[in-house]
Order: sequence, then structure tokens, then C-alpha cells
Amino acid sequence: MKEIMLGNKAFARGLYEAGAEVVSSYPGTPSTEVTEEAAKFPEIYCEWAPNEKVAMETAFGASLAGKRSFCGMKHVGLNVAADPLFTISYTGVNAGMIICVADDPAMHSSQNEQDSRHYAIASKVPMLEPADSSESLEFTKLAYELSEQYDTPVIIKMCTRIAHSQSIVNTGERVVPPAKPYEKNIAKYVMMPGNAIKRHPIVEQRTLDLTEYAEKTPLNRIEEGKDNSIGIITSSTCYQYTKEALGDKYPVLKLGMVNPLPVEKIKSFARTVGKVVVIEELDPVIENHCKAIGIEVKGKELFSIMGEFSQSVVAKALGEPEKEGCTAIDKLPVRPPVMCAGCPHRGLFYTLSKNKLNVLGDIGCYTLGAVAPLSAVDMTLCMGASISSLHGFNKALGSEGEKNTVCVIGDSTFMHSGMTGLANVAYNQSNSTVIILDNSITGMTGHQQNPTTGFDIHGDPAGKIDLEALCHAMGFNRVAVVDPYDLAETERVIKEELATDEPSVIISRRPCALLKYVKHKPSLHVDTDKCKSCRACMKIGCPAISFKNNKAHVDNTLCVGCGVCQQLCKFDALLDKEGK
Amino acid sequence: MNNTTNVMIVGVGGQGSLLASKLLGHVVMAKGYDVKVSEVHGMSQRGGSVVTYVRFGDKVYSPVIDKGEADYIISFEVLEAARYLPFLKKDGRIIVNSQEIDPMPVITGAADYPERLLDKMTELGIEVSAMDALALANEAGSPKAANIALMGRFSKFFDDITEDEWLKSIEACVPPKFLELNKKAFYLGRNS
Repeated sequence: MKEIMLGNKAFARGLYEAGAEVVSSYPGTPSTEVTEEAAKFPEIYCEWAPNEKVAMETAFGASLAGKRSFCGMKHVGLNVAADPLFTISYTGVNAGMIICVADDPAMHSSQNEQDSRHYAIASKVPMLEPADSSESLEFTKLAYELSEQYDTPVIIKMCTRIAHSQSIVNTGERVVPPAKPYEKNIAKYVMMPGNAIKRHPIVEQRTLDLTEYAEKTPLNRIEEGKDNSIGIITSSTCYQYTKEALGDKYPVLKLGMVNPLPVEKIKSFARTVGKVVVIEELDPVIENHCKAIGIEVKGKELFSIMGEFSQSVVAKALGEPEKEGCTAIDKLPVRPPVMCAGCPHRGLFYTLSKNKLNVLGDIGCYTLGAVAPLSAVDMTLCMGASISSLHGFNKALGSEGEKNTVCVIGDSTFMHSGMTGLANVAYNQSNSTVIILDNSITGMTGHQQNPTTGFDIHGDPAGKIDLEALCHAMGFNRVAVVDPYDLAETERVIKEELATDEPSVIISRRPCALLKYVKHKPSLHVDTDKCKSCRACMKIGCPAISFKNNKAHVDNTLCVGCGVCQQLCKFDALLDKEGK
Repeated sequence: MNNTTNVMIVGVGGQGSLLASKLLGHVVMAKGYDVKVSEVHGMSQRGGSVVTYVRFGDKVYSPVIDKGEADYIISFEVLEAARYLPFLKKDGRIIVNSQEIDPMPVITGAADYPERLLDKMTELGIEVSAMDALALANEAGSPKAANIALMGRFSKFFDDITEDEWLKSIEACVPPKFLELNKKAFYLGRNS
């Protein structure tokens, strides 16, 4: 059936049609919807794992047991899962195993712009790279065949513009391949030195075999052009930009398999054209391969090593005319993302900012605590880094740091990789104050459940980890719970825990204001007679509060009546429905 | 590729641009066009400037729209319509909800919301169709249907797509319990 489908949904459809049976992932933009869509098929067991390493090992276990499996993650998630990846490359698989990694050139929703193709090369695992939704579906089915034929996990690399673009696909039926019963095989699966030494040459031979496959596969195809003075080698979304900008002007070698790369195919393509131009986003991976096999190409001297491309980027680099749009209107104010009205993080960050504390942050919606006017967060690095960095900060500065420094980490991020940092605080005893922002959901990626919420990927009841009990079990005597809507109590507890002589955990607990089950109060309004225009309510950066005619104004379509602003108004000018 | 129609749907994160692009994608696919829609996902975009690209024609390659390529900009908010002007073709058209939402720099007092933006766009010679989509949506029953009211207005520019075809696609894209609301919002927009 012909359907218009998101790249990630088409990927999930491919998993379904290929008979995948076990899916374990950690959410991460732009990869999340592959797993969310797969979870809509009752035939596939799907789950959110606590992190990407656990997800990959779960998928490996399912493959070992004989079921086709999958794990999905964003580019930085593969850093976390790199450890199992490099050795699953050695063991190979039983039933097929696919890893989705979604890169984010231009950093729409990421902390860096790393190029995942390096992981495929370094781990010696084949990588396919679809260029639209239709290929996302087809490549997924093919990847399982390759995985089983060549005894290897297969990585499918997505990027934001493929993952989050819809295009037309043709769907098919689900075909579950015959089961591959689990068989004990110590030499293949126990990677101690004596066995791994024997597996390594198998991996090297596999790369040679896959290179031979890369020479012949229609995944890597040549499209004829009218003018052979230039030949273009490209893949993924850059292929689309190339065709959009140039049509069939120049011949194109479109690579669907980016590791291992073909050698003879590239050489013979180069012989038919004058100059070879490589068009690839981020790092010069294809370019360096071409140069290594002795082909002279132009790549990064024409194109940036940073950000996303587009049809006009390609057109400009190849000397095509540029298009002109309407005249811009100057000096328009920017519109960055903001914490939502009623966000439970706001009261907490206001308190941290007011007390001029150093705040080591983490990955989540609460990174927005770094944005004006709160400007509360001092550092954000990677998942879990807040707690471990706070420990190091305090070990370096002693009481000078301990008395005015905290870290903040969300519930899902804490489960992902905060627990090990907390174990270090408990073990090596820094007098650290750790704040867990428990909004009872994985917020930034669009509301996924996690081990602390008590619900599984389908929203059905599941195991629930008790954060307080966990912290106590690690040896923390001081575990406080505060409601961040209550500014006075939040401030009192933070001051008390900073002043104490032992490590402590503060759980700032209030569900995300966007969760469906959260009941909102009616919007507040401003008594303009009482409002003295002092702007105290503006200090929290709530999108529902603005200034109109020199008085505070509450947007009643946004306000959820959280009452945090009321606590800042000394003139009782912000009133609820009852006028209180 | 030369007959491709390029539509940008812009607004503030959380205003419902995903449903608008889904509807447009569906209706043009049903007409037999090739189509690509590029979206913005993730809760962290809430309150920020968001843009969705919809492209349709005989054969569409790129999922994105570049400067000087958009035939239409459908904007959920006035400032956002102005922000993407360089993407609009010189003879392009803007369909804009007349709602103004202050961005954070305006809220904090670091900047002012620009005045007379609709007039300025018209003075630049651009065809601007401004409408109070929020009022129409409220009339239909919920402010959340402002997106579909805007699409109703936009639908008037496509003679080859019938009202019935639009309604069929609304049925395919909207959950049953919100169907009547959205149909009403669509009519109100189309007849505005």
C-alpha cells in the first residue's frame, strides 16, 4: 500500500515487515519515533531501556536467543553503547541485529555534531544510509539479511532530515523468518583473549567480503548525467540536495552503504568523469576513502565540515545561480525555545539563580535553565555528567565549592547514567548536594516513560524504582523531597543541605505540566490597580507573563495557574479566579 | 522538479504545525503528487520558532525549502511570518494568523515586538492574507483548531483540490472525536 510516512516510522515498518521481535532503545532526538512506532505493532516486544548500552546489550541477547532484534539511539547515545558495539562486532550475531543511530547535523537538538560513520569504521560494522522514507523501510529489511548472511550487527545511520521527513513508501506484509535456535558456542560468544584473538581475523575477512558486496550491491548505484566533466559521489540527504540542485546534469554515484566503501566501483566511476566531487555532511569520510585509494577528489575545500547542507549549498559550490527571496525585515527579535508555562523546573532554577549558586547541569529540558532571564546553569556536557562533575568540582575546591555549588539532573537522565556518579559521591564522600529534577517523565524527547515512572512504553503498569530508597541504599542519610512550586520551602531546603557536612540528595518533585493527567488550575490574571510595574514577576521568564501598557499581563491561553509568580509579587497583583 | 510547489508552515513550537503539514501532505499525495514533508520534533522546541516544509510535484528530491523558493508561507503568528521572508519567492504569498505572541527577549524587556509588521510586508509588495484564525477556531469550539482554520484559508488557493478532497484528508488525519471541530474550523477558514 502507498502511504506518506515519516522516515522513522518507515524504519519501524521495515522492522515489522522483516519480522523483528525484540526492540530495546533509549529515546533521543531524532531517533525516538523508530521505537515509538515499532511499539504500535503488537507482534514486536518493545521497551525503553535505562540507557543505550543496556538497550544494545538487550538487543544482542535477543539476537543470541534467535530473534531478530533492534536498538535505536541518537548519535551521542552510540558513545554510551560503544562498549558492547566493538565486541558484538567480534562475536557476530545469531538472528539478525540492527542498530539505528541518528545523527543531528546542525544540532537541532543535540550537544555536539559528531559523525557516526567513524564508529562503523572503528568497530568494523557495516553501515547503511537511507536517503528517504522508502529507503528507510527497504534498507531495514535488507539489513537483517546482511546481518545474518555476514554474521554481523548492521548499523543504519539516519539523520534529522531523513528521520523527521515524510515521503511516500510502499508497505508490504510481515514475514517472520524461521527461528534460529540458541546454541551454546563458547569460542564464538565468550570474548576472552584466547577466543577473541581467533575472532579478529574473522572480522577482518568479513570486512573484505562486505567490500566485495559493496562493489556489486544496487545500494551503491550510478545515475547517468549529461555532462561528464564532473562526477559526484554522495549519500543520504546530500544525494537529495544534489538531485534537487542539479537534476541529471552530472553523473552521480549514490552510496547507500557507507561502510565498508567500495574501491573498484569508485575507481571505475572516477575514470568516466573529469573531476570527482564528494558531497557529504560533517566529516570527510568518503573523501578520505577516495584519497586513500588514490582518487583525486574535491570535497571539504568546496563544502563545510559543519552543519546541514541544502540544494542552494550544493548549487553555490558547483557554480549554479543562486535564488533570491523577498527582502528581509531587519532586527526581528529571536524566538528561542523556552521552559513551558507551569514547568516545575522554573521555581527551582529561580531559587538557584536568586542564591547565586554554581549549577552543574545535565541533558534535558532543564538545560533551558541556562537561558535568560534565569541563566542559572553553569555547565552542560553529556548524560549524567552533572553529578560526577560536581564531585570533582568539590574535591578540587573543598568547602569553598561545597557550600555554594549544586548539580541538577532529571529523573530519566539519573536512571540513564547518573546513578554511577552518585555512587562515586557515596563512595569517595564529597560533600555534594545533588538535585534530582523528578518531573516523572522523559520530557525533552516528547514524553517517554522511564524506570522511575511506573509505566512501560505502552503506558501499562511496570516496575517502579523508588528514588528515595535508592539514595538511602547508596548510603545517603540526607534525602529531601521538595515541591518546586513552593519557593520558600525549596529555598529553605537547598540552603540547609548546602550547609550540612555530609553529601545529600534533594528530589525536586512535580510532574511535567504537559502530562495529560496533570490537572491545571485556571489562569491567573493581573489586578492592574495593584500592579506597581516592579517587574518582579518577570524574573522567572514565564512565557505566559508579559508587559502590556506598562503593567504585567497574563496570557490566559498559556497560564496553568502554577502560582510561582504570585509568590514573587509583593503587591498581591496576580490573582486567581477567586481573586486571591 | 521545476513544477514543485513549496509551502512553509511556520509558527511557535506547540501551535500545531505538525497536524497542518500532515493534512497538506495527505491531500496532495491523494491527488497523485510526489511529496516530502520535513518536520520539527521534540518537546524542547516548545515556545521556539519552528518551521515545517511541505513540497509537492511530479518528483520531489530535497525535503527542505531554501531561500527564495517558497511559493507560500503559512504562519501561525505575525513575527514568524516576517522572520522567514527571505525564503519566500518574490511573487510568493503569505497566509498569516494575526495573533502576536511575545518571544522571550520581548518578555524580558531586551527587545520590543516589532510594530506594523503586516503593513511592512504588504509595503514590500507581498500578497498577505491575514486572518484571525484564533477567533475562527474559538467559534468552531477550541483555540487548538486555529491550525486547521488557517489551512481552510490556504485551501482556497488550490483550484484543483476540491473541498470534498480536503475533507476526506481531514477525516484521515484527525482523531474522530475532534473531527467535527476541525471540519467546522476548516469551513470557517475557507469561507473567511
